[in-house]
Amino acid sequence: MNFKQYILVCGGTGCESSKSDEIYRNLLSAAESKDVKSDVQILKTGCFGLCEKGPIVKVLPDESFYVHVKPEDATEIIEEHVIKGREVKRLLYDTSDSKANKAMENLDFYQKQFRIVLRNCGVINPEDIDEYIARDGYAALSKVLSEMTPDDVIAELKISGLRGRGGAGFPTWLKWNLTKEVESDQKYVVCNADEGDPGAYMDRSTLEGDPHSLIEAMAIAAYTIGADYGYIYIRAEYPLAINRLKIAMEQARGYGLLGKDILGSGFNFDLEIRLGAGAFVCGEETALIASLEGERGMPRPRPPFPSVKGVFGKPTVINNVETWANVPVILHKGGKWFASIGTEDSKGTKVFALTGKINNSGLVEVPMGTTLREIVYDIGGGIKDGKKFKAVQTGGPSGGVITADYIDTPIDYASLQKLGSIMGSGGMIIMDEDDCMVDVAKFYLDFTVDESCGKCAPCRVGGKTMLHLLEGITKGKGTMDDIEKMKKIALGMSKASLCGLGQTAPNPVLSTLRYFEDEYLAHIQEKRCPAGKCKDLTVYEIISDKCIGCGLCARRCPVSCISGEKRQPHVIDQEKCIKCGECYSVCKFEAVSKK
Amino acid sequence: MSVNAIADIEFSSELTDFITEWKEKPGNLIMILHKVQQEFGFIPREAAMKVSELLDVPLAKIYGVATFYHFFKLKKPGKHNIQVCMGTACYLKGGQDLVEELQSLLGVELEEVTDDGEFSIETVRCVGCCGLAPVMVVGDEVFGKVEKQQLPEIIAKFRNR
Amino acid sequence: MGKLTLEELKKLRESKQKEMSLRDTSDKNVHIIIGMGTCGIAAGAKDAYSAFVDELAAHNLGNVTVKQTGCMGLCHAEPTVEVIMPEMPRIIYGNVNAQVARDIVRKHVLGKILVNDHVFDRPAIDIVEGGGN
Repeated sequence: MNFKQYILVCGGTGCESSKSDEIYRNLLSAAESKDVKSDVQILKTGCFGLCEKGPIVKVLPDESFYVHVKPEDATEIIEEHVIKGREVKRLLYDTSDSKANKAMENLDFYQKQFRIVLRNCGVINPEDIDEYIARDGYAALSKVLSEMTPDDVIAELKISGLRGRGGAGFPTWLKWNLTKEVESDQKYVVCNADEGDPGAYMDRSTLEGDPHSLIEAMAIAAYTIGADYGYIYIRAEYPLAINRLKIAMEQARGYGLLGKDILGSGFNFDLEIRLGAGAFVCGEETALIASLEGERGMPRPRPPFPSVKGVFGKPTVINNVETWANVPVILHKGGKWFASIGTEDSKGTKVFALTGKINNSGLVEVPMGTTLREIVYDIGGGIKDGKKFKAVQTGGPSGGVITADYIDTPIDYASLQKLGSIMGSGGMIIMDEDDCMVDVAKFYLDFTVDESCGKCAPCRVGGKTMLHLLEGITKGKGTMDDIEKMKKIALGMSKASLCGLGQTAPNPVLSTLRYFEDEYLAHIQEKRCPAGKCKDLTVYEIISDKCIGCGLCARRCPVSCISGEKRQPHVIDQEKCIKCGECYSVCKFEAVSKK
Repeated sequence: MSVNAIADIEFSSELTDFITEWKEKPGNLIMILHKVQQEFGFIPREAAMKVSELLDVPLAKIYGVATFYHFFKLKKPGKHNIQVCMGTACYLKGGQDLVEELQSLLGVELEEVTDDGEFSIETVRCVGCCGLAPVMVVGDEVFGKVEKQQLPEIIAKFRNR
Repeated sequence: MGKLTLEELKKLRESKQKEMSLRDTSDKNVHIIIGMGTCGIAAGAKDAYSAFVDELAAHNLGNVTVKQTGCMGLCHAEPTVEVIMPEMPRIIYGNVNAQVARDIVRKHVLGKILVNDHVFDRPAIDIVEGGGN
């Protein structure tokens, strides 16, 4: 048996609710009645994303992408496409509104994603250098070593408009050039792979999926700035990534792509792995350098900048994994090609770890300028369990929340900053109506307080004090003065802290205060948590009309505070209740209320 | 304490070789502490003293570094150390509930070891599997989309292993 | 192979590219590629991997290679697997447990039928193989 065509019907929850099941059955019966059952296989698939355009039907091998398909379209798809081999034009997806498409005029694709950094992830075997080479791997390095001067490389990077992907967005060409211009007997290149944002894993995936792109990029940078040695500073918590990097470095050495006289050019370069040990502050360049030197990872005042005085006091270029992974593509395809993707001030793509209350959690790479709506709905497939979108958090502990009102904001460095968040390293956490914003702010602040190195007082004392206030609010002990106090502390921290950790630590608090002040007020004035997340403010009660007295909750209650006669409504003793929520989750009759 | 007592702990030849190899390299302390922890599961005081002696760095500096970083443990963990991820995605999806359930199942608090030495519980920062939240790690095994009800089964799987 | 010169690297690339495009005609013409990043493994990619190997051996299928790759980005559908073979479109399967892996061998590889409910869409075009130029 061999089918000529395959019709894929999206079975994602969004499409399902708009009758994809009926489409599927209609296609089956149309294929039967037209007697083409043996020519075409009709299947249900996982979510395609693009749920707002659903239901979606895709036909292979033609790659025809039909949107807004209705059950009555089934016959036409079978008659026209399958039998006559003609696409049903009116159902085809109009690709002209896709950002990535606009960047590349003569190209036609419906996907919202565009993969530069992740080009090889999920495609090559990361433990086989030959597969990387077959996909233009080390072609950029060859070109740089044989045809380009260091100034040429800088010029190409400048044209590309690449900016650092670790958070602040500093132009990469400028960073490299600063180090290149310094006279020194020894210089270093460093990869920051200490992905510390809790909720981000794009660097791990890149390292695990495409380790050679990092090695190639670092060699190019070393040649450009005049270094012959590099360090990869990576989280010890990523054993698989470390292992794949080691294998990649060994294979590169075997081919002479690391070591002495690389590709016969006379250029020497080698790399070493240094392990981090779980300190978020080491994402800060100067703290990372201290850690790499075997010290406590405490930041140092700048200037001097690492470009002048970095690792072991030598000029050093530090970039994060995602920034590095862009470099070989830019030099292979040209800075102009890269600059054609994205927006005016933000070129290229950005990888996000899309997680939280989203249907299709995943690693997504989109052209800069893509809107949050496109990411959440077209790629992410919307919010889990049909709940309401509340906010998206970007930038991790240094970032903030963006609410539904701003979901059409294009993603670039400036737009996110204007909304009180940042691009950050790429964590994108979706929150729904069940998430309490005060609790989220507390979560992030708890994190930064724990991670503060304690060197400077604004961060050490300010963070702790602010956390104390937040804890009070979530316990119903907050006062209206607390909000003003927090704002004052936040200002002090952001102005006076020594490094980025302290300067940005108040952001999650400020941002949630800005958009969800009503939730703070509910906690303070009404002693109520609207999302029902803050335990001290939650009250569980049994609705006597609904309770049938089965006694299940009473048996499951860990502190035995539920009582009642058999087949009679039960009661919770509020004095003893520890608010674990067990009764609420076990009751089969929705007879327990949570307020 | 006498000088002799300092060396009162055996290092495997692998660890000794590693220290010899790294001894002259600048900035070696963190790498060496990683190796020590790999061998003992934590950094025993005697081992810290021996490293201090071998590298000729003050013990205070070793403790300065070891206590700064979350990854280094100064207390012996259980045979099976259960790490519950507290990254943002896991937190939102009920990581805290898993911790509380584990505490009540095993009868220990965070960073304590059960009486039989089998289990200990700790919370960790993002393990990078946010797509599978909530996540926990036991030994080398990662468990994704964990529900409270699965915990007894997972514990049973590791007990007496 | 020892240390490469510029010329040798270019030749190596060309020969590897040729090898990959000859996939249809060589004796190893079916490729099963399993996403084995940390997430994939946590979701059970290793079980899928051994189920593939077992099932292929049971059917004496010597023309199939099973190999690993990094994360395909479809975290919600881990473990993920791509199947490339002659006369069939390239397909990405999601939520592949051991049973689905066996189904893929029996239905897709042997029967040339796609496995229902597990097909996922490729998230982006490939900029290396001609896309995006």
